Amino acid sequence: MLSDRLPTEGIRKKFNITKKSSGQKVVALAGNPNTGKSTIFNALTGLRQHTGNWPGKTVIQTRGTFSYGGSSYILVDLPGTYSLLASSADEQAARDFLCFAQPDATVAVADATCLERNLNLVLQVMEITSRVVVCVNLIDEARRKKISIDLEELSAQLGVPVVATAARSGLGIAELKERIHQVAFGKLTTNPRRLVYDPEIEEAVSCLEHSLKALIPPGVNSRWLSLRILEGDRTVLDAMREYSSKISYGREPAVETGHCPAGSRA
Amino acid sequence: MQEMPLSKLPLKKRGVVTSLSAEGMARRRLLDLGLVPGTAVEAVRRSPAGDPTAFSIRGAIIALRKEDADKITVSLH
Repeated sequence: MLSDRLPTEGIRKKFNITKKSSGQKVVALAGNPNTGKSTIFNALTGLRQHTGNWPGKTVIQTRGTFSYGGSSYILVDLPGTYSLLASSADEQAARDFLCFAQPDATVAVADATCLERNLNLVLQVMEITSRVVVCVNLIDEARRKKISIDLEELSAQLGVPVVATAARSGLGIAELKERIHQVAFGKLTTNPRRLVYDPEIEEAVSCLEHSLKALIPPGVNSRWLSLRILEGDRTVLDAMREYSSKISYGREPAVETGHCPAGSRA
Repeated sequence: MQEMPLSKLPLKKRGVVTSLSAEGMARRRLLDLGLVPGTAVEAVRRSPAGDPTAFSIRGAIIALRKEDADKITVSLH
């Protein structure tokens, strides 16, 4: 069916996410490898976990549930990656979920002992979704290494809430749940730092974005998709075909380019 | 100041990335691993066969194949 756009719930089902009740919120967990992401996952969900595969990939998907403040949450553990832009199966699974399943909140886990290295992924996550909570994990280990982190300044610079945790001892987990709750229910509005590119790129993005909006499900980040298309990332086109019923193989929808300046037409 | 490909950086020596000649997805990957110009890199150890080599990059130890390390230029101070 080309005429209907899949609503977000339909797309989420493709990622094996089915809500038990309509009020249940979907939360994604992103982070670099070796940041204690799984420890955070376990600390949040306890033993209420299920494993499966990401659709079409031999990449393990772990899901769990937890309750907080009278609401229920489905937590989805994304594969640990350094990036969302290269094209390994892991990165595609993480990226497609953030972009198309549109989680109500995303926790970006960062390693406090090498924060700089981890902020690359945090910024990439923030480029796809604004509903982000940054979790600076292994804070106990950082203190041991005499590393101190100005959490308030970090939060101000990133424009999203930042929580310090030591998941092994449970430190900060209660605050993390509270922040997830606030972001997922829109009680806390984030203002994520956005990257602005060169004027030529920005012009091409806004032109492409305009055409793209009609083809993608509502709420999907058209700016981010436009940037990937301009970058020549073909895997993102495959993902668009998969998750948008308006695009299919062998049928190129007519894209109206009349509003684009002549120089920027492909 | 001496420039050389990262693959030629002697063990236990530190260099600073000056440029990358890799393109496309390979370039993207190296940048994502933290190899942006200005980054200090130390060659930590080499595998018995001489390839790959482990480098300390922004707080993580990352092994790179010679063919990838060839595409990164570092300066020794």
